[in-house]
Amino acid sequence: MSNMIEGRGLIKRFDGLTAVAGIDFHVGNGELLGFLGPNGAGKTTTLKMIYCAVPLTEGDLQVDGMQVGGECRRIKAILGVAPQEENLDPDLTVEENLRVYARYFDLPKQVARQRVLDLLRFFQLEEKAKSHIESLSGGMKRKLIIARALVNQPRILILDEPTVGLDPQSRHSVWQRLTRLRSQGITMIISTHNMEEAAYLCDRVIVMHLGRILAEGKPADLVNQHTEGTVTEVRLDAQPGAPLLKELARRQIAAVHVEDVLYLFTQVEPDVLQGMGIPSASLVQRPANLEDVFLRLTGTELA
Amino acid sequence: MALPTFSRRSFRVWQRNRDVFLHLWRAETVPVFAEPIFILVAMGWGLGGYVGSVEGQSYLFFIGPGIVASYAMFSAIFECTYGTYVRMHHQRTFDAIIATPLNIEDVIAGEIFWAATRSLITTCAILIVIAAFGLITSPWAILTPLLGVLGGLMFGAISMAVTSIVPSIYSYNYFFTLFTTPMFFFSGVFFPLSSLPEVVQKAAWFLPLTPMVNMTRALVQGRFHPGLLLELLYVLAVTLVFFLLSLYGMRKRLIK
Repeated sequence: MSNMIEGRGLIKRFDGLTAVAGIDFHVGNGELLGFLGPNGAGKTTTLKMIYCAVPLTEGDLQVDGMQVGGECRRIKAILGVAPQEENLDPDLTVEENLRVYARYFDLPKQVARQRVLDLLRFFQLEEKAKSHIESLSGGMKRKLIIARALVNQPRILILDEPTVGLDPQSRHSVWQRLTRLRSQGITMIISTHNMEEAAYLCDRVIVMHLGRILAEGKPADLVNQHTEGTVTEVRLDAQPGAPLLKELARRQIAAVHVEDVLYLFTQVEPDVLQGMGIPSASLVQRPANLEDVFLRLTGTELA
Repeated sequence: MALPTFSRRSFRVWQRNRDVFLHLWRAETVPVFAEPIFILVAMGWGLGGYVGSVEGQSYLFFIGPGIVASYAMFSAIFECTYGTYVRMHHQRTFDAIIATPLNIEDVIAGEIFWAATRSLITTCAILIVIAAFGLITSPWAILTPLLGVLGGLMFGAISMAVTSIVPSIYSYNYFFTLFTTPMFFFSGVFFPLSSLPEVVQKAAWFLPLTPMVNMTRALVQGRFHPGLLLELLYVLAVTLVFFLLSLYGMRKRLIK
């Protein structure tokens, strides 16, 4: 699988603040790569470097063999960008948003007209074609942003938090369409702080925290590598005290606590825990997921 | 520092603004005609009755060309201050555009070209108004729309340079009260600059509206003198400098 995007030693600093602290990554042709991490992890900055909106401080970044920094117009011509921030054009209708955007890519009028129709159909926005942006629901706006990103038939689609703030139904509707696009072979990069989204959509996930890459792999592999498959959640009445944490460490039980919830990554018999003053009633056992990978690696929650 | 460059793609931004304008043209057109008519009636007929003649012509006759030049100026300034700021900051339209093959210089140049177009439209509209008042006495007036474009480029570029540094939309109050409004009063629109003390006269000559008023008056009334050439050069120079400043300033503001 040849690489569509290759980044080496990428660093981005904004007036003393380091948003991306030296990362290496690649995206294969046709792959759906996810950057997973909380707000401030450096995901958006990384994406913006790819589409030339943020210049690199250091490092080397290539998109389909073209150098970011030198060949931005040609790079942007093969990209589709759906930013996290809603920046549809409120002065234009739904349909005009797509047609005017197509013009930025120099698409001939006839081609643009057909493509706009196809995209409106694909995203079930035909009835809204003549509507103004403010009359759209959040889910429709999100779909229109993705439709707009597809108007130039990009080879690479970049989606920054594609479903943040959407209700579950709209989220699934977006996911369904992204899955269909993936089956058409388009390369995609998404950023998300939603582990369910990452697990559902991504071929491969890069876990980011504070501008660095912590782990990387297929969602299932990451869960297998970093957990034992099952996690025990303990709901305490207060933050766990030092003696309890010490005792867990002594027994080599891997544990992370976030406020008054304790996550145990090692399988332990309930009576052992009872012996440490933890009542069985407060225990919940569940399958491990990507959120636990993040918890275990950073000691903090994703969202 | 490399010279900031824009490309033919700036036309795409011009087209976007034109499309929006065509949506709203009803709302935009009436004020373009109404305000200069009020001024001509109130000042020209009303005040003019007390003023008598200025430089050998009726007051209405004297202020007509200046109204053309200054309202053309206002439309360009409005476009590249509030108009641009809303698109840039509130609507995030520029962010969306620069994710396409356009770069920020294309966007800014397109915005200034659009301001020049608005200035052209206003110039033509008010020319019709002053023609209806019988204030056009020279066939050279047919060239006035070119001045509309030139003035629009200059005032668009000046406003855009201001937009590249304003911390918020409220900061434009300073620009309007300290620059635009004084310029409206001290550029020879309402009285000849020769009635001012010599120092003020000299200062007023550098206000970019002054040469626009003088050149418009020359075309509309067919009265030319060699000094106009110098004024034209001054306008071209100011336009070029502020055009480059605004491209540079907006990249600095928006690309971090």
